[in-house]
Amino acid sequence: MALGVNPGLFLNNPSSFRPEEAGYRPAILGTIQLIGGVILIIVPLGISAATYLELFADRTRWYNRIIELNIQNLAGVPSIVFGILGLAFIVRGIFDLGFVVAAGSMTVAILVLPTVILASREAIRAVPSSLLDGALALGATRLQAVRKMVLPAAAPGMLTGVILAVARAIGEAAPLLLVGAATFVTFDPNFWDGGYSALPVMIYSYAGRPQEEFHVLAAAGVLVMLVVLFFINSIAVWLRARFERTW
Amino acid sequence: MSSSIQGARSRSEKNSLRAPSPRIGEKIVISLLFLASAISVGVTIAIVISLFAPLPGFFDYVSPWEFLTGTLWAPSFLDSSFGVLPLVAGTLQVVFYALLIGVPLGLGAAIYLSEYASTRVRKTIKPILEVLEGLPTVATGLFAVFWFKPLIQELTPWLEWTSPFSIGVAGITVGIIIIPLIASVSDDAMRSVPVALREGAYALGASKMRVAVKVVLPAAISGIVASFVLGASRAIGETMVVLLVAGGGSPQLKIGFTEPAGAMTAFIASRATGEIATGTIDYYSIFAVGSLLFVMTLTMNMIAIFFVSKFREVYD
Amino acid sequence: MEQAAKNEVFSLKDMSVHYGSSLAVDSVNLPIYENEITALIGPSGCGKSTVLRSLNRMNDLIPSAKVGGEVLYHGQDMYGSDVDPVQVRKVIGMVFQKPNPFPKSIYDNIAFGPQTLGMKGNMDEIVEGALKQAALWDDVKDRLKDNAFGMSGGQQQRLCIARAIAVKPDVILMDEPCSALDPISTFKIEDLMMELKKDYTIVIVTHNMQQAARVADRTAFFTVDTSRGEGSRVGTLVEHDETTKIFSNPSDERTLDYVTGKFG
Repeated sequence: MALGVNPGLFLNNPSSFRPEEAGYRPAILGTIQLIGGVILIIVPLGISAATYLELFADRTRWYNRIIELNIQNLAGVPSIVFGILGLAFIVRGIFDLGFVVAAGSMTVAILVLPTVILASREAIRAVPSSLLDGALALGATRLQAVRKMVLPAAAPGMLTGVILAVARAIGEAAPLLLVGAATFVTFDPNFWDGGYSALPVMIYSYAGRPQEEFHVLAAAGVLVMLVVLFFINSIAVWLRARFERTW
Repeated sequence: MSSSIQGARSRSEKNSLRAPSPRIGEKIVISLLFLASAISVGVTIAIVISLFAPLPGFFDYVSPWEFLTGTLWAPSFLDSSFGVLPLVAGTLQVVFYALLIGVPLGLGAAIYLSEYASTRVRKTIKPILEVLEGLPTVATGLFAVFWFKPLIQELTPWLEWTSPFSIGVAGITVGIIIIPLIASVSDDAMRSVPVALREGAYALGASKMRVAVKVVLPAAISGIVASFVLGASRAIGETMVVLLVAGGGSPQLKIGFTEPAGAMTAFIASRATGEIATGTIDYYSIFAVGSLLFVMTLTMNMIAIFFVSKFREVYD
Repeated sequence: MEQAAKNEVFSLKDMSVHYGSSLAVDSVNLPIYENEITALIGPSGCGKSTVLRSLNRMNDLIPSAKVGGEVLYHGQDMYGSDVDPVQVRKVIGMVFQKPNPFPKSIYDNIAFGPQTLGMKGNMDEIVEGALKQAALWDDVKDRLKDNAFGMSGGQQQRLCIARAIAVKPDVILMDEPCSALDPISTFKIEDLMMELKKDYTIVIVTHNMQQAARVADRTAFFTVDTSRGEGSRVGTLVEHDETTKIFSNPSDERTLDYVTGKFG
């Protein structure tokens, strides 16, 4: 039995009337660039914020309580609202980037940032306080103790959080509809310039076409995405099991 | 005598408790960490500004009263009308069907996980729930369109299936999506109920089911309510499933399982695709609907956070 | 008479600790002398660990904790505004109840302190010196690169002592260092303490009265004062004296009841 995958699925550009020749090439490249940008933003910001909130913030201060409440809240804001934010502030408004991959990256990064922060905080909380105490008792400053002892111990957990956030970012379609991930891009994307597409948006677009063949194409796209996500999530689960430590 | 004074002096130098340097570098790094966490507040402010700033422009065309109480949503008609109730009705129907499915199944899963499952089973299921929670909804939506809706259609031949779209199927699909969320938040709540409370009931000879329902559920109730509220909030905000399964909807206010219906999120997503011209009423309407959506979910999140914190107060 | 000649490392004067609004320890007056082992004993909740943790400002880690009265270290007010808690912990080391080695190699466990503090000298020599002083060198010299978690509990605790010594402190505080260990490991650590007091001043909190009797030069007995109204449990210092006196002929009846096992 021939279970062949037509390489055109990955290599071809989209086509509006010839489903047998239509593919996901620009969408896949767009998603790869988009996710690259997301990682560059969420790793430093997410880990810094979690470190501050978990290890430095004095919880009796009103501004720290506001930040906490605010992050909890952001985690529950619908993704489409982040799309509106991206449209008004990043595509237009202050950043004025236009409909480019960078705008998509920033929007999706802001969307998944609360997830990264919450997961990283949990990873830090899982590190026993005796580690911090031990370092402090030797005369290390708090920052030294955190940097050399707590963060390395929390790193696998934080990495798991980042990976789960990336998995979420890959499948996010709604906000991208607003920040310009167009469905009919027949050229490879450039991070700062020109139009772009993304895998979930392309899938959505194919699904909406009347011809049956496009629906098959959409299903194939979903399959590709799910395989990628399965792979990524497996890494996260493996990491967690591998480094899980009972202190 | 003098030597003992000298000894004291050298000791006091060696054992000085003063900081050897002001550690300015550290203070800078900590300020940067603070800034990283403060960015989230900036994001919220930016969301509020981006949503609310265009509202005056919108309300130049449509009065707030007309927007909130009007029953005809027809932005692209020649004689356009901007009554948001048809969209709100669509959203509320999604929430209704989603909770109908998500609450019993999610709570059931939570009871199983916290009261019956072995540690090994829990350790397997929890990460799976986490992964399911993050599945792309465009995939779930397609699954519903191509497979789930025909199935339901076959199982319910007595319903009038005239449209390719159905708000009911959309709601049920969203319900499936929120099961992991409700299960994991409720499970956390039920597991933090002290063991002593359970043991007291077991000591009186109560069965496992009885203990779960009569002791653990009431004790964890505010955490469980929080999970329902979070589930509802997630259902309100769900976009892709509603867009794919319920369609664009009709401009009139309609209620019914098999009807196509618009929802707030789906409207925003469908309207904003491509290059929409700034300053037109079309453009403004996105922000008006978005503001309403934001206010609704914000309220529900606050309620959920309140319930969770109430729960923590009791048991932490 | 002899004591007057001794250097007071710590002088606690009317010292108290609050956690939030509740008083945990009240009016402690206690001198701690150089190159001696001072034991703090008493029933659970009597505040002995709280007092110990205020001697190197580890209490600062609990935001609601507040120290009143005076804690003098070589005459300096330890809670003065010009005092840096980090510097305090550099000079006054601490060993915890549960051995808490870092999840690193044996070598790195010792080297962490000196490296972090930027101490000069050959690191290999510093590590070797600290391990030797902690009587651990012969046990581990062939596996310095192994993870510290592979050691026995007693060895881990001695590693923690070696780690504290490596930064050359003036005082070592020990918070029930043997409570998680078997008797043989406990004796080894007690031997080590007797050895270390030649170079360091040691303050130890212990639940084990025999341990206090065996190692301590001076003993301070704390108890819980419940007489101050409904539900209040305030730790107070009953008396302090030479260990032999506390265990043979204490001045306070409550001390006698405790050391003879009538309560606690």
